[in-house]
Amino acid sequence: MTTTTAITPSRWKRFRNSYLVYSFKRDWIAQFCLAIFLCILLGAVCAPWLAPMNPYDLTQINILNSELPPIWVDGADALFPLGTDAQGRDLLSTILYGARVSLIIGFGAVMLQALIGVTVGLLAGYLGGRIDAFLMRLADIQLSFSTLMVAIIVGALIKAVFGGAVYSDYAVWLLVLIIGLAEWPQYARTVRASVLAERSKEYVDAARVMGYRDRRIMFRHILPNTLSPIFVISTVQIANAIISEAALSFLGLGMPETQPSLGSLIKSGFDYLQSGSWWITLIPGAVLVVLVLVVNLLGDWLRDVMNPRLYKG
Amino acid sequence: MIAFLIKRLMHAFVVMFVISVISFAIQSNLGDPIQQMVGQSVPESQRAELREELGLNDSFLVQYGRFAANALQGDFGYSYFFNEPTTEVIQRHLPATLELVIAATLIIVVFSVPIGVYCAIRPRSALSRFFMSVSIIGISIPVFLTAIMLIQLFAIGVDFSPFPVETGWGQWLNGVLSTEGGMPSYGRGNNLTHLFGTWDSNFFSLDGLTYLVLPAVSLASIMLPLFIRLIRAEMLEVLQSEYVKFATAKGISLKRIYFVHALKNTMLPVITVGGVQLGTMVAYTILTETVFQWPGMGLMFLEAIQRSDIPLIVTYLMIVGLIFVVTNTLVDLIYGLVNPTVKLTGKPA
Repeated sequence: MTTTTAITPSRWKRFRNSYLVYSFKRDWIAQFCLAIFLCILLGAVCAPWLAPMNPYDLTQINILNSELPPIWVDGADALFPLGTDAQGRDLLSTILYGARVSLIIGFGAVMLQALIGVTVGLLAGYLGGRIDAFLMRLADIQLSFSTLMVAIIVGALIKAVFGGAVYSDYAVWLLVLIIGLAEWPQYARTVRASVLAERSKEYVDAARVMGYRDRRIMFRHILPNTLSPIFVISTVQIANAIISEAALSFLGLGMPETQPSLGSLIKSGFDYLQSGSWWITLIPGAVLVVLVLVVNLLGDWLRDVMNPRLYKG
Repeated sequence: MIAFLIKRLMHAFVVMFVISVISFAIQSNLGDPIQQMVGQSVPESQRAELREELGLNDSFLVQYGRFAANALQGDFGYSYFFNEPTTEVIQRHLPATLELVIAATLIIVVFSVPIGVYCAIRPRSALSRFFMSVSIIGISIPVFLTAIMLIQLFAIGVDFSPFPVETGWGQWLNGVLSTEGGMPSYGRGNNLTHLFGTWDSNFFSLDGLTYLVLPAVSLASIMLPLFIRLIRAEMLEVLQSEYVKFATAKGISLKRIYFVHALKNTMLPVITVGGVQLGTMVAYTILTETVFQWPGMGLMFLEAIQRSDIPLIVTYLMIVGLIFVVTNTLVDLIYGLVNPTVKLTGKPA
């Protein structure tokens, strides 16, 4: 055993010598984007420790501090570096907590999409025939409606059925569910396309001859070979999910103001835009744009490096 | 061809059927029409009588049959809030949305084709790189945020003064970076030209157009980068193809190759995606109209949700579903007609 470990390099070493890392080291845009993304991620994860105040804690909020501008504008308070919102919450803290909510929903929704989409894509691609035709027809139909439209309608209906109060209580889970259900066809189509290419390869025949069950072949043999397109669309999908969440929140179908995401911060600030308090809207907006932009750029980079066969159109 | 046509129409019909069943399920399970119709003092026996009279005790299928028959005749019931037929409410709001979509489409077509073609012809030039980076930034800005920024810049105005005013260049830079504001950002204005029926247009007066500019630019901002990137990608692919090389070898002028030979084949997939995106734009009108209080269908839908105006919500769903199905079917048919390589009746690959 000791000899084999000496010959095959460890996983970490193989990763370090891979083409992925090699091209990452040569691409300063990718490094820059990853750095910013990690900063936002770190800020969001560590929000309870980093933030100067807890925006969920009503006792820390003083209404007299409302609508204070950021420190580079006259009339600011040094206690609130990015100013305060209309309720007197420190905007920096609210943004950190908001980014946390946005990221949780973004990642959660993408995980749900991937779970549904990968399973459907594997089944459709591997089994073929009627199941394939039915599942893909379903995906096509859902894709022919814009995913945002589906999300808005489902969100609106859930809100109409259960009422606003219940909706706000479970908003995070509902948003994960809505965005996850609205976007699974993207995964299904991509995975199916690469499964179709893999299915006819010899290793699959070999596995079948050895008598493995379909499930084992699908998940243990084919799935690992379709990972690179999954990675590539996952980055884009995270960006999309964060935008969708912001859009739903902006329409009042997302996070409540007591537990704001970046989208609902933008919404709550929009009412005060005309009175000159631009920072409540535009600073969270800038954070949202930077977050989505770096994820998109990372996705572009990953696509160029991995160069998978993506489903076109 | 006929078989393809029939298959597509069947497909469209099935989708419409599913949408109508979902819509009906929403209508019959949400809200109690009796409660909407009568006051609190009406006794239970009378309510039951009314329920029977209205056929609310019939089976789901019978009720659905009635709903579908009425819907086919254009009768979707009365809006709770407006107290008039929902189709009339929609008719009143439809022109505003259509004008917004038309204006945004114009902006997209006028800008995306030249920019996309330029980026494909000169992929390494500085200007192309600039367009490509702007387009990825454009994709990353949600449409409502673009709208808000446009309002801040052109309706409210920005008084930008980080540079010292005493020096000439400081004052000049401040002036360049500040904006006047003053563009209208609320509603459609009063200077509408009446066309016909419920259609009042923003297109025929300067004042009307100023109201249209910001919403239309916001709506276009989300699709424009997508189309630039799509046209560029397709054109790059076409320029690699054999027939373009052959045309170059024959000595046909580059201009003719780019704009006659290559562009024709570039536009084929672009039109397909464009048709589908036209439907997608309906979703974005909800966001744009909310920001600008544009009195179109999107805003109406959102207000209907807030008022739990179920018949209006259901009618909107049916009509938007119809728009999606019709555009998708048309796009498929046109694509099948135009592109000879599409297998019309063959099984999906």
